[in-house]
Amino acid sequence: MPDGAVMPLCEPCHPQPNTPPAVVLDNLVLERGGKRLIDGLSMTVPAQGVTAVMGPNGAGKSLALRLIAGLIAPSAGRLECMAGEETRRRIAFVFQKPVLLRRSVRANLDHALRTYGTPRRERAERLAELLALGQLTELAERPARVLSGGEQQRVAMVRALAAAPKVLLLDEPTASLDPQATAAIEALIRRAVDDGVSIVLVTHEAGQAQRLADNVCFLHQGRLREAAPAAAFFHSPSSVEARAYLAGELLI
Amino acid sequence: MQDFGAAFAEAFALIVGLDAELVAIIGLSLRVTFSAVIIACLLGLPLGALLAVGRFPGRGVVIVVISALMGLPPVVVGLAVYLMLSSAGPLGVLQLLYTPTAMIIAQAVLVTPIVAALTRQVVEDLHGEYDELLRSMGSSRLGTIATLLWDARYSLLTAALAGLGRALAEVGAVMIVGGNIAHVTRVMTTAIALETSKGELALALGLGIILVCLSILINAGLLGLRRTAERLAYA
Amino acid sequence: MQVKALTFAVALVAATAIPAAAAWAEDFIIVQSTTSTQNSGLYDHLLPQFQEASGIEVRVVAVGTGQAIKNARNCDGDVLLVHAKPAEEKFVTEGYGVSRADVMYNDFVIVGPADDPAGIGGGADVAEALAKIKQSEAVFASRGDDSGTHKKELALWNAADVDPSSASGTWYRETGSGMGATLNVAIGMGAYTMTDRATWIAFGNKQNHRIVVEGDTRLFNQYGVILVNPERCENVKAEMGQRFIDWILSDEGQSAIADYTRDGQQLFFPNARMS
Repeated sequence: MPDGAVMPLCEPCHPQPNTPPAVVLDNLVLERGGKRLIDGLSMTVPAQGVTAVMGPNGAGKSLALRLIAGLIAPSAGRLECMAGEETRRRIAFVFQKPVLLRRSVRANLDHALRTYGTPRRERAERLAELLALGQLTELAERPARVLSGGEQQRVAMVRALAAAPKVLLLDEPTASLDPQATAAIEALIRRAVDDGVSIVLVTHEAGQAQRLADNVCFLHQGRLREAAPAAAFFHSPSSVEARAYLAGELLI
Repeated sequence: MQDFGAAFAEAFALIVGLDAELVAIIGLSLRVTFSAVIIACLLGLPLGALLAVGRFPGRGVVIVVISALMGLPPVVVGLAVYLMLSSAGPLGVLQLLYTPTAMIIAQAVLVTPIVAALTRQVVEDLHGEYDELLRSMGSSRLGTIATLLWDARYSLLTAALAGLGRALAEVGAVMIVGGNIAHVTRVMTTAIALETSKGELALALGLGIILVCLSILINAGLLGLRRTAERLAYA
Repeated sequence: MQVKALTFAVALVAATAIPAAAAWAEDFIIVQSTTSTQNSGLYDHLLPQFQEASGIEVRVVAVGTGQAIKNARNCDGDVLLVHAKPAEEKFVTEGYGVSRADVMYNDFVIVGPADDPAGIGGGADVAEALAKIKQSEAVFASRGDDSGTHKKELALWNAADVDPSSASGTWYRETGSGMGATLNVAIGMGAYTMTDRATWIAFGNKQNHRIVVEGDTRLFNQYGVILVNPERCENVKAEMGQRFIDWILSDEGQSAIADYTRDGQQLFFPNARMS
């Protein structure tokens, strides 16, 4: 462990013992209107594998994700990308409700590739890859915003992958999807994991976390209450809050 | 009132007769107005988008000023442009006074605040939706503005149409800087003013009816185009 | 795609704006003149004849005499053709104009509603008529725009020993507009007004208004022409401007003026030779 203040995480399922963590959150605080929404949050995002972030509503899961993405600035504390600026720029985000541009699927992905600075000559090839990856080739010319929810989220997923990200932040990506669409998204997540992308997945579904996660971070009231390998977390959570949460006894 | 009947008869006769002078006047009206609106869009769209996206000191003041300038009296604009372009004025050497170019300049000044203010509103709404996404993608300020303008293009057409309506209808500015010179700077509105001052009220009203029809045609055409394009490609 | 749209827009502007500037390549002069000459249709009659004879296009900016003189002072014109002799002579002595020549004349008339509330119909003494209008407080519409007609009207009130400005807004209404617009106002509110005869004859919206006073020598309306001084305004097209002046003062130009009629009536009377 590089730093005693950082809550330890167990070895990920894809062990890369010499790889430093992708992101380290060190005692982050986020205050809004005098309230501590994130209250001294410390955790690490490993360089590989899936880290599930769980916790009841209002625990600060989405805020933690936005802090990691740099979408909001912490009131106090440190956020470090261990691989430096390179990683910082290659953190991609998928929102619960996909935000798609008012363009075709192809134009959405093309816009992403251009924004991420993909060289012009590589774009067409990458575009075809991404369309195939998301099973979107048939839908390429359709306006993105008339697609079904599942299709839209697939577009959002491969758009995030257009960044060739080191870290992919997923904020309840399947919360409003049916089982079939959820499976498609989960397949994309597994594929990204295989490609070496580190994934932070905010989810309410224990089943999904068990299927995908290597580690679980459990947040409650803006603090990290528990960080453990997924199997251990679901088998015997150590904190009272996590036990209550998994038992369906909602606590806020 | 018999003038109305006579006005419709005049308008009908002018259209049916395809009066060459009328065609030239309509042509100049359209050329001046469209040029002015295009210039106003080239200036007003980026300006409005910058105001929507940017956060800088004095932004609120600029927004209020631009909104207020939407109501700029055409005569004042005409006078200001006249003083600039007059041979005795700072831009007199260009010798642009009493040309269609002067009219385009005056109308562009008139329309730019309209386009900028409406653009700011439209883009600000869209920015609310796109902001997190674009920031998470690391989009540059310029890239963000371009994305927002492009995605709001159908809504922005309404801003351009508002500007077009204003330019097509105004008479005060083009009268002063154009001079209403026959065959050179006479447009629909100045022709209407002239016929009114000649007491040819039916003819003036007839020209007015044609102008309104023209405006309806342009609006219907562009809005129809928008609807078709939207339905075909983007939702 | 954005780039394409932008290129298209720029090309469109270029295509529309550049021909506008190109209009300057031709031979033309700008004449600062009055609404009365334009509204009467005189220029539509004269200018094609001059253009045929000379190849020079004349672009007329028709405003009130006061504004025409101000525009010419700003060098925004090559020739001044207006009707306010004292102001014209001042323009020349101050060095803005080269010299002044009489071109033509007609006369002013007082027009009023058919019921003639001031009882001045048929009179020939304009000062007396104005005094009666004041006495009866019948509504009178004034140009109020520093035009040649307005200057003349003020001189006539002076001759009648009436100061109408004290009644401004009551029976004396200043429109601040051109002759045609003022006639429309006068007819709309049943007011008297003073107009040049040419504009009145050509005016299309007379309704029940008619001439009530005419024939007084004080109603004489002289038009003059002046070349804007090229020493003062270097952009003045002196050679072409002088050709226009020479033509309008020539027998050819003078008879063209005399030829212009509306409803069988001659509107302007050439008098270049008499000056």
